[in-house]
Amino acid sequence: MSPIKVLLVDDEEELVSTLAERLALRGIHADWTTRPEDALRRLEVCKYDVAVLDVKIPRMNGIELKKEMEKKCAHTKFIFLTGHGSEQDFREGSQEAGPEFYLVKPVNIEDLMEKINQLLGR
Amino acid sequence: MDTKCGILGQTGLQFFGRITASISHEIKNVLAVLNENAGLLQDVVLMAEKGIPLNPERLKGVAGTMGKQIQRADGIVENMNRFAHAVDENTKEIDIHETLSLLLGLTRRFADMRGVTLSPAYGNSGKFLTSNPFFLENLLWCFLDFAMGATGEERELTIATEENEHAIRICFEGLKGLAEKDAGAFPSERESALMKALDADFTMEPVRSRIVVALPKKGFR
Repeated sequence: MSPIKVLLVDDEEELVSTLAERLALRGIHADWTTRPEDALRRLEVCKYDVAVLDVKIPRMNGIELKKEMEKKCAHTKFIFLTGHGSEQDFREGSQEAGPEFYLVKPVNIEDLMEKINQLLGR
Repeated sequence: MDTKCGILGQTGLQFFGRITASISHEIKNVLAVLNENAGLLQDVVLMAEKGIPLNPERLKGVAGTMGKQIQRADGIVENMNRFAHAVDENTKEIDIHETLSLLLGLTRRFADMRGVTLSPAYGNSGKFLTSNPFFLENLLWCFLDFAMGATGEERELTIATEENEHAIRICFEGLKGLAEKDAGAFPSERESALMKALDADFTMEPVRSRIVVALPKKGFR
């Protein structure tokens, strides 16, 4: 079975880079970026199984980014992260990804692994 | 919200809520970074127990990141504390540059989210006025919020100050999109109420791409 490919998008560089490193230790091919436009560019060279998106990203929010990513790569599944945990964020994020795929920071990596596997039916 | 608290009360509570929500978001982000780095340490210890050698350079990097995040959190909490104490006194002598720096620190995330670069263009030397600290911060936030939405394509906002015998003027400059904004929408009822309370005045200068709020040096009693 080929390794799962995950793209992490969050404006906190030290968060996504470390999360990617930890996912890699668990056998996942994880790329990361802090810029939504870069996330869209990356889709042109790599097809990701799962994208983990912060709901609030500068210049383009995670919901908008998901819609743009879906146009480029229909098979990618999504998990949302938020630091806010506001009701509005929850409504928007859970509407797009389903309430079970909307995680509040700080995230437990084993929960994230479980969600990724669940999304991919593994 | 109960309108019995009046427009200043409503506006103040909304301002307080927005700022504290943003602070909580910032702290959550710091905790998330610390959480991942603590988790990474656990991961490498588990690997070491299985015979994979520890990489001292990587451990130094993790310690450095955690130290930086702790300093970041300290700055956030310090700003939060200064903001909370703005309601302690009804009137006091205020260094407007300190107030602006605090406000920019508290609201930088809003600017980041809108892709706006904030450039303070005032020196280190103080400019002092007597006013109500919380109403003043609230009014400056209203102007800053409006100005961030009027920066046009360039998304750069410069904040400068000018002073004469009676007043300090705070200039929000670089508003390339000011001409396209609805001229009647600003100032709204909330800004008008705050300006009245602080005896402040404002001018919109589309030709110079700026808005200016003038605050009397003895403005709030």
